[in-house]
Amino acid sequence: MSMVMAAGPVEKLRAEGLRKSFGTVEVLKGVSLAANSGDVIAMIGSSGSGKSTVLRCLNLLERPNAGRIIVSGEELRLVPDRRGELDAQDPQQLQRMRARLAMVFQQFNLWGHMTALENVIEAPIRVLGLARAEAVARAERYLARVGVSHRKDAYPSHMSGGEQQRVAIARALAMEPEVMLFDEPTSALDPELVGEVLRVMRSLAEEGRTMLVVTHEMGFAREVASRVIFLHRGVIEEEGPPAEILSNPRSERLQSFLANSLK
Amino acid sequence: MIDWALIAESWPLYLNGLKVSLILMAISVSASFLLSVPLAIARVSPNPWLSKPVFLYTYVIRGTPLLVQLYMIYFGLAQFEWLRESIAWPLFRNAWFCAWLAFALNSTAYTTEILAGALRQTPSGELEAARSLGMSTATIYGRILLPSAIRRALPQYGNELVMVMHATSIASAVTIVELTRTARDVYYNHLAPFEAFGLVAVFYFVITFALVGLVKLLEGRFLRHLRPMSVPSKAA
Repeated sequence: MSMVMAAGPVEKLRAEGLRKSFGTVEVLKGVSLAANSGDVIAMIGSSGSGKSTVLRCLNLLERPNAGRIIVSGEELRLVPDRRGELDAQDPQQLQRMRARLAMVFQQFNLWGHMTALENVIEAPIRVLGLARAEAVARAERYLARVGVSHRKDAYPSHMSGGEQQRVAIARALAMEPEVMLFDEPTSALDPELVGEVLRVMRSLAEEGRTMLVVTHEMGFAREVASRVIFLHRGVIEEEGPPAEILSNPRSERLQSFLANSLK
Repeated sequence: MIDWALIAESWPLYLNGLKVSLILMAISVSASFLLSVPLAIARVSPNPWLSKPVFLYTYVIRGTPLLVQLYMIYFGLAQFEWLRESIAWPLFRNAWFCAWLAFALNSTAYTTEILAGALRQTPSGELEAARSLGMSTATIYGRILLPSAIRRALPQYGNELVMVMHATSIASAVTIVELTRTARDVYYNHLAPFEAFGLVAVFYFVITFALVGLVKLLEGRFLRHLRPMSVPSKAA
């Protein structure tokens, strides 16, 4: 879009009309969302509502059947493949855009054969083209930022879940992305380790980073998010500031979802 | 009674046989490793035009004895006049070339399957993480998939190295004087089978355990990340 924004927030990410089917089941039925610089958007919804799929469509880990994806004003060029799913026309453009949307996963997904430090320097060297020394300096800064410097030479299998997830956050941070995508980052953690990860995410939000967070943590959504999106059966049922959405849900579905979720 | 004098006397012959066996093994496994990396990638490809031919190759090779494969290459091919008249004939007339080809083709089949299995075991999340950070397919193979698969394949690959070492004895069937052929010659010349074959068994035993030790060293270096930690981290 060539609309000129005079002043105010800069749009970092926009998706329009995302649709996605798995077989005959349509899990996303036209989802649109936009994130401006500094927005922290919490996506909530029961399991199966399609919230993780939205996130995974944004960086094409899942190929949507329809929709547009725009990162900082640059639209990802999509072409339908044989099965009618949209694939990137230009793999290099996709790689460039993915690098600007670093993702943090539920299962951490650290590379098991690399130490924490090696995990964090890998993509900055291979994708962004940083010199090794520069990447190491950057990695050490972000590992310190998330409080796991002391584990930088440890392998993922030798770390606790909370440490692994914080290394994964450092790995995403080291890309210095425009938007960070969090896919249920605390769902695989033991309850006593959830806090350490949420604290890191809260401090990132306070730094003004743009974040899109799929989460079950209502406390996080309420206290940290600038906007909450409630997804139900592949459509956005309600969205708005957390105080409004979580305290005065209008739709019955959100009311019953909130009543059933731990607060 | 063991004839120690005979053992001492034929020792240099055995050392020479050892050298030949080790060279055969080294050239065979280096060729098979280089070939099996691209073949394993093709083997796990979702494209059947890539994966099926590789499967057919490994299936046929693994389904026939190495000795038969060597006979086919060394004796069988020589029957064809077009080969005897081609520029490749000096190669196929050469026992060393045929042995190397048979061992390399055979070991490639097994190594390809070992590597393909290890590639398939890559946790899909590690791949998604690599993709989500904008890595190209070549980078993902070079930095994530292959390094982690080769590490995982190391214990099994160690077995394959031992198998190839033992299989070099088959080269004695095509006139190459390696360890086993040396032992047979010593036996024929002195009619002392226990000394002749006992000594060669000791040689194989020592090389095998050296190989196993080498692989263990490599595992210690490259599989650190899979070792359980005695004390879990307390930091939180």
